[in-house]
Formats: sequence, C-alpha cells, structure tokens
Amino acid sequence: MSEWIDACAVDDVEEEDLIRFDHEGRTFAIYRSHENAFYATDGLCTHEHVHLADGLVMDHIIECPKHNGRFDYRSGEARGAPACVKLKTYPVQVKSDRVLIDIA
Amino acid sequence: MTVLDFSEPARAARKRDYELTGTAGRHAVETGLASAEWYHTDVPRKEMKALMQRSDGAAIRDTAVWLGAMAVFATGAVLLWPSAWAIPLFLAYGVLYGSATDSRWHECGHGTAFKTRWMNDAVYQIASFMIMRNPVTWRWSHARHHTDTIIVGRDPEISVMRPPDLARLVLNVFGIVDVWHAVIDMARNAGGRLSAAERDFIPPQEQPKVIRIARIWVAIYAATGATAIATGSILPLLLIGGPRLYGAWHHVMTGLLQHGGLAEDVTDHRLNSRTVLMNPVSRFIYWNMNYHVEHHMFPMVPYHALPRLHALIGHDLPAPNPSILDGYREMLPAFLRQLRHEDYFIKRALPPTARPYRAEFHATPANPPATAE
Repeated sequence: MSEWIDACAVDDVEEEDLIRFDHEGRTFAIYRSHENAFYATDGLCTHEHVHLADGLVMDHIIECPKHNGRFDYRSGEARGAPACVKLKTYPVQVKSDRVLIDIA
Repeated sequence: MTVLDFSEPARAARKRDYELTGTAGRHAVETGLASAEWYHTDVPRKEMKALMQRSDGAAIRDTAVWLGAMAVFATGAVLLWPSAWAIPLFLAYGVLYGSATDSRWHECGHGTAFKTRWMNDAVYQIASFMIMRNPVTWRWSHARHHTDTIIVGRDPEISVMRPPDLARLVLNVFGIVDVWHAVIDMARNAGGRLSAAERDFIPPQEQPKVIRIARIWVAIYAATGATAIATGSILPLLLIGGPRLYGAWHHVMTGLLQHGGLAEDVTDHRLNSRTVLMNPVSRFIYWNMNYHVEHHMFPMVPYHALPRLHALIGHDLPAPNPSILDGYREMLPAFLRQLRHEDYFIKRALPPTARPYRAEFHATPANPPATAE
C-alpha cells in the first residue's frame, strides 16, 4: 500500500545534486538528475553508516563522501567498491512543484 | 609552531594490540570508537560541490609526465648500463616507480584522480603492481583506514605503532620490510589463502579476485627473474620490482608525516593527521597528499583541488608544518619519547579561529580526555 510523503519543493534540489530528507526516524536522499528528473533512495550508504547527501552526483551516479562507493540512484545498483549491496529506491512524483516519495 | 605535549595516563599500563582480530579492535567496536562520527569543518554545500568536481585534464597531464619521465630515465639508464652514469638515471626512475606510484595508487583507489572511470581503474592497477599492493586487498584496507583512522585494532594502515620500531622504519626507507611482507602476502594469496586480517576487512565476494591478481603478479615476477637469469643481467630486476626497494625513500619520507607521532583513538583528523607544506617536486611525486588533514576530512576532493580546500578550511585546522624538515623536527622527537613513554603523542595547537577539539568526541572508556602535562 502506498504512503506518499511530501519531501521537499522542486527548487530545494539543484540539478545534478541531492538533498537529505528525514522522516519519522528514517533518512532518505532526494535526487534531481541533469535531465531534471527526481529520484529517491535510502539516505545512508549500504557500506557504512554515512549520509549520501554529502556525496557527489555525476550523471546517474551518487558517490558516497566517505569511501567513494558508487550507486546508480535510479535503480539503487551498486556500481563501485566498497559499495556492494544495492541501495533501496522509492517511487517519486512531482505535484504542484512539490516532490513526493512513496516510503511504503 | 606551538606544540602541546599530551599523555593518556589511563592507558599507560596497557599494552597496545594493533591486530585487527585482537582485543583493542573488539573494544573499539563495543565502545563506539569504530565506525564513529568524525569531526568535519563546516563547508557550504555549493563550495564543497565545486571542490569535489572531477576532471581528467590535470591527471592526464601528470600521468603523461610521470610515465613519460619513467620511460626516458629507464631508456637512458639501459643505454648507459653498466656505466656509473646510469646510476642517477636509475635513482630518478626508482623514485618515480617506487614512490610516485604510492600516491597514484592512493588517488586512483579513491577514484578521484580522473573523471573517467576506466582511467582511474587502469592507473590503479598499474600503480598497485608497482607498489606491490594487491589492488583488491588494499582497496578494502584503505576504506577501513578512512573509517577508523589510527584507531588501534581497527586501522590496518598504521605505519608507526607504539612504541615505534625504529629499525623497521630505517629498513623501510629502502622498502625492505614492506616488500618482504608484500612478497609473503602475494605468495600466500597466489597459493589460494587469505590471512585472518584479510578475511576481516575484505568481503567474501571480493576474495577470489585477491587470489587471481596475486597469481598474475607471481607470473610477471617469475618471468622477470627468469629473464634476468637467462640474460645473466640484473637489468630486468632494476627495471621491474627492484625500484620498489631503491626508489621507496620518498614515499616513506612523506608517508611517515601523515600521522606519525600524533594521537591514536580519536575521531578528529586534526588530532591524528598532519598537513605539511612541501616543495613542488615532492608535491608532484606525492600528488598533494601533503594536505593530509584536508584529505581525510573530505576524501572526495581530488588531489588537484586540495590546495583550494586547504585555503578554504585552514582557519579551522592546526597550522601546517612549513616544510618536510619542520615536520621531522616535530615528529622524530615524539618517536624517541614514545620509546620510553608510549602513551606520549603530539597535540597540535589550533588557531583562535578554529572550533576547539571536542573532548566529548574522544571521551570513551578506551580513551579518556587527555590532559596537558
């Protein structure tokens, strides 16, 4: 069952960047690609307890700021060591300049 | 530079256990010292994004100079061999092979040197071979080094343990200890086995790669040795493998300064890492890793942007040592003092503009807040 949450405004996220979004003890990362599309994943790297929001977005890759582990933020697939475990992704929709994510 | 001397009285009676599978490591996990939250200087996201941006230009230029110079020195040395005129050329080749390789291995291991992924990977593989570090093992080892920098029993890359083994340090100026261990590790891995420590920090799915690469390397070194025997000349060994010994001195000289004589078991890189200003030649060989506090605090920033990062956050860091010589003047007396009093370390003074060291970050049962002597 869907549980759509209002995460942020569209303008809160720069193109080819991400922000951190915390909700009820959980932390997420909201991405805006260079194609102006929005995505959402878990906010912590699967390698160690590090917030991805401090990392670097390059094309469709998010690189962890601590150990440079890489993920494709569209699918969550791990793309470079030390990241080996897939990142959980969440559905996203944009309504009235707000970014909503389904955290169910 | 003002240097304050500190000791940790509560630890005086306890022998340090640097083994990754030992008691100190377990204690660090239990007390939250492992995988802890570390201090970071505040940097606006916009500025940090600009600093983290990747590019190929600087690394392509530097790699062309590095490999091109190696080719020129090696060709000249071979042509002049066995004349004594070959010696300075071999010495220059050796530094590029046995020292500049260390920083190329490091930067490309982080994946920050080049923007293009395959370029990072290619240089990483070449550099790993030359510096004799299994590229899989050491990628994971270095990840742990960044997670648990100089945390006893957790960090596999503590180069100077307390009390310092000065004989080992001197031998390593010529790479002797490192190469000895590298050969043993390579032979063990090629034989299909990993040590307990390797199994501790390398995920199971990565372990077969360690063995495969070790076998390829053994084949290359065997071919080099066979060529030397067949031709009755040591030239092949002076070109492959040997420079890891006779050219290691520069990376040892700069590498010891990274953390030598500073604090253990703290979660603030300003306390356990050292930034040293260096001449341009050493900075080229070292690829700006002299900005070591900055690198540890923000490992995503490429080597070529570290001087800009240094300028941006310098107000929050201890003043850098102004030269390699000054760094050694600070570090060597600390090593000598640690021979008699192994809990001694250097605590470097912060400028008035810096946020103070946070005692609560370090006040774990394993490491009570230090007090000035």
